[in-house]
Amino acid sequence: MSNWIPLWLHKLSSPPTFYRFAGTLRPWAMALAVLFGVIALYGGLVLAPADYQQGDAYRIIFIHVPCAWMSMFVYAVMGVSSLIALVWRIKLAEVVAMESAPIGAAFTFITLVTGSLWGKPMWGTWWTWDARLTSELVLLFLYLGVIGLYHSFEDRRQGARAAAFLALIGIINVPIVHFSVNWWNTLHQGSTVKLFGPSKIAWGMLWPLLAMTLATKFYYIASLFHRARVDLLALEGGKDWVRQIAEDEARK
Amino acid sequence: MSSLYAFLAMGGYAIYVWPAYAVFFIVLIADTVAPSLRRRRVLRDLRTRMARQASRQQRSRTDLADDNPTLTSASP
Repeated sequence: MSNWIPLWLHKLSSPPTFYRFAGTLRPWAMALAVLFGVIALYGGLVLAPADYQQGDAYRIIFIHVPCAWMSMFVYAVMGVSSLIALVWRIKLAEVVAMESAPIGAAFTFITLVTGSLWGKPMWGTWWTWDARLTSELVLLFLYLGVIGLYHSFEDRRQGARAAAFLALIGIINVPIVHFSVNWWNTLHQGSTVKLFGPSKIAWGMLWPLLAMTLATKFYYIASLFHRARVDLLALEGGKDWVRQIAEDEARK
Repeated sequence: MSSLYAFLAMGGYAIYVWPAYAVFFIVLIADTVAPSLRRRRVLRDLRTRMARQASRQQRSRTDLADDNPTLTSASP
């Protein structure tokens, strides 16, 4: 059996290797995020037709839905890397889990605010204790709880393990957010875009949505790599490779 | 010019659509800037620590040399 994949992963999880790897890929991820973002904005705000019921207000969908998907996707990544961090004590897994939390919180915050701005003209209210809205708010509190717990420990790695445990328990909320529109028939509409089966949206509106979805995915990669690199510098401050970088940056 | 005005008006929903997009960009830009600032701070703190360590080593070396002149030739 070929074992180059586990070998490569093992090598990649060493902090200096990951630092260089992430540093090489980050600008490309950011460039793709901006490219897809510009295409999506042009498609969503200019090319896509107005909705026959909601007029132009529906255009909030092009940021609301991709950010909502990201709020769950980032939580899933955080949950999986928390599990890896707890079981195998891999430092990089702790870093990925803890640095995903602020990005996920940012996406969740955007989802709630844009949803509120969409709800006011369409539902007539900024906020209601609907199942989807409430579970998404719980998701934001879970992210904030993970961030808070992580920073409340003197020892960073001990804090990361405690917060990883919380993140792992909180993953139960992700399917609740997803299925809330099916389980409880409250105000928020059901899924329009389906992974399996036909979507209930015109192609002219769907493609900008998918482009923005790609943009947010690439943005997450770029932001995570940026944050992970900085965190590795902070965690490995005593090591030679970090001291070398500190000296090199001072000379610039 | 009127088409631009119509675009900005967003069919009367401008006060909802544009703030939504503004929040999206402001939050993501803040998310990108924050780690950049932290990186500068981390590296600056590390350089301060390295300089302090280097001067402490320098001092202990000269102290030892004052106490025992034979050490000067032993340590480079």
